[in-house]
Amino acid sequence: MTESVLRTGAEKRRFSIDMRALSPFIALLVLVIAGALINPDFLTTSNLLNVVTRSAFIAIIAVGATFVIAGGGLDLSVGSMAALTAGVMILTLNNLGGGDLGTLAIGMLVAIALSATCGLANGLIVTFGRIEPFIVTLGTMGIFRSLVIWLAAGGTITMRNFDLREMYRPVYFGSIFGIPIPIIAFLVVAAIGALILYRTSFGRHVVALGSNEDVARYSGVPIWRVRTLTYIIQGICVGIAVLVYVPRLGSATPTTGLLWELQAITAVVIGGTALRGGIGRVWGTVVGAVILELVANIMVLSNFVSEFLVGAVQGAIIIIAMLVQRSVHRGR
Amino acid sequence: MKATVLKIAMAAGLMAGVATGAMAQQKNVTIGVSIPAATHGWTGGVVYHAQETAKQLEKTYPGLKVVVKTSPDGASQANALDDLTSQKVDALVVLPFNSDELTNPVREIKKRGTFITVVDRGLKDASIQDIYVAGNNPEFGRVAGKYFVDNLKQGNVVVFRGIPTVIDEERVTNFEKALEGSGVKVIDKQYANWNRDDAFKVMQDYLAKHPKIDAVWASDDDMALGVMEAIRQGKREDIKFVLGGAGMKDMVKKVMDGDKMIPADVSYPPSMIATAMVVTAANFYTSAPMRGTYVLNAQLITKDNAKEHYFPNSPF
Repeated sequence: MTESVLRTGAEKRRFSIDMRALSPFIALLVLVIAGALINPDFLTTSNLLNVVTRSAFIAIIAVGATFVIAGGGLDLSVGSMAALTAGVMILTLNNLGGGDLGTLAIGMLVAIALSATCGLANGLIVTFGRIEPFIVTLGTMGIFRSLVIWLAAGGTITMRNFDLREMYRPVYFGSIFGIPIPIIAFLVVAAIGALILYRTSFGRHVVALGSNEDVARYSGVPIWRVRTLTYIIQGICVGIAVLVYVPRLGSATPTTGLLWELQAITAVVIGGTALRGGIGRVWGTVVGAVILELVANIMVLSNFVSEFLVGAVQGAIIIIAMLVQRSVHRGR
Repeated sequence: MKATVLKIAMAAGLMAGVATGAMAQQKNVTIGVSIPAATHGWTGGVVYHAQETAKQLEKTYPGLKVVVKTSPDGASQANALDDLTSQKVDALVVLPFNSDELTNPVREIKKRGTFITVVDRGLKDASIQDIYVAGNNPEFGRVAGKYFVDNLKQGNVVVFRGIPTVIDEERVTNFEKALEGSGVKVIDKQYANWNRDDAFKVMQDYLAKHPKIDAVWASDDDMALGVMEAIRQGKREDIKFVLGGAGMKDMVKKVMDGDKMIPADVSYPPSMIATAMVVTAANFYTSAPMRGTYVLNAQLITKDNAKEHYFPNSPF
């Protein structure tokens, strides 16, 4: 098994990479055409921009998840981590009380520092504790979620300073040259992610670690450090997603980020990253996140799906999109 | 209204305390309260009101002990009930997670002679309870529907559903029944899971899909907040108002301040747990008959009565 994995990696890579990397984009194209046929309003600029903007949180988180999963790990705690980070960030802003840029900057720094620390904790427990990442992050998922419920006393944490809220609001709702800021944010995050994963030795170590840990260890890859770093990157990505999330509604509730982990993992897999590790596709992941949000949008815009059946049709579309991808891939 | 119930019951309790002063002091009663943990806004309100009422009642009736236990899901609530009974409670006030799972555990406790008060979600076997305090979900939908008929008279309305449950179904079917024969038309319905983010997304999609929407029944205050943000972003002038529900303090405040987009709200008070606890305590400390079913009305909160529904210290 080990050998076959390596051979696929080494010999077939150049040949198959184009189609595999391209197939999420083809699935996206098919969905857009389907959406346009179902409702002409689908193709309006404002609708498409709304959908892509909305997918920003999951896309940014999923870029981090691409690292973790490509390295053979898994992080189930990202949704709870996002809720906790958003809650603590808003509480910090409220306690500082100011309505100026400095206050906002401190709040943002706190958010990134907290989420990076959460990621570091996940990484250290996985590596030094030698526990399955599934169990570790399932545990921290519960811990982070409970902490945010406790901080909110079951209610809502809301930004209290009106001026600050108005100043921060454009980070979600504003745009530069007609492109909404969240879209720019996730494109930048994805570009940096792609650069790290494809162009640095650390990126190659992550992939090596995911395809075969033993071989990677014998080849001198610093396994523990690389693995812990993937979880820290995941944490930082969650922090960036929160920076874009908070200005939207200006609040965090105990249901914030519920099931985001599942959406992030789905986006990563739709994008062509192998769930068992060893292959990572950052741009595919971003497209995967957009596909997920598009499917939900098409459901609401369609007139013929009963609201009771939306979930079933959504599930079917995702499976069909994956089948289309596979057949395109196999056709080569 | 429940505030009034609370006051009446408190007054009754105080008078009884005065009348039977010496006796009441000797009477030791323990009431166990089992409620869901604060996993979303409404249950957060339940926990807050349960704890506040526990403090008040212990002050009012010397000798009374109130133990409040919260549980994150149905199975742990069953365990919590076991723990409570091992502490020998005289009465149990329970807001069950779900009817099926908790009917039997509560029946077991009843068999030991414990006084049972059930709140909000009923058990499968109504003979178990001595007192039942319920919110009124069909009425919740009816009151909202009537508000649209009276105030909009005619136009297009989009509807937000919660999580697919009996509660949601009762609310929505009765809302639509109340609209029958009027000029108000429901042009779209979608689930948004009583969640702010989901409601924001669905509202964006509604705005893309429907060129003219006259009003929105968000059916829940959390969802209403998401809806408002989407309307603001879309800069749509055709929507006259948004009606939420439950009585979240932020929304009641908006009604109180005369916000044009939020002219009213429909109550579904988490403080119904307080009503149940007060009535249960009164059963032990007064001679007034307390057994029976109490249905709290879903009230229309408007600018005139918003003050009675505003609890600035509650987390919800």
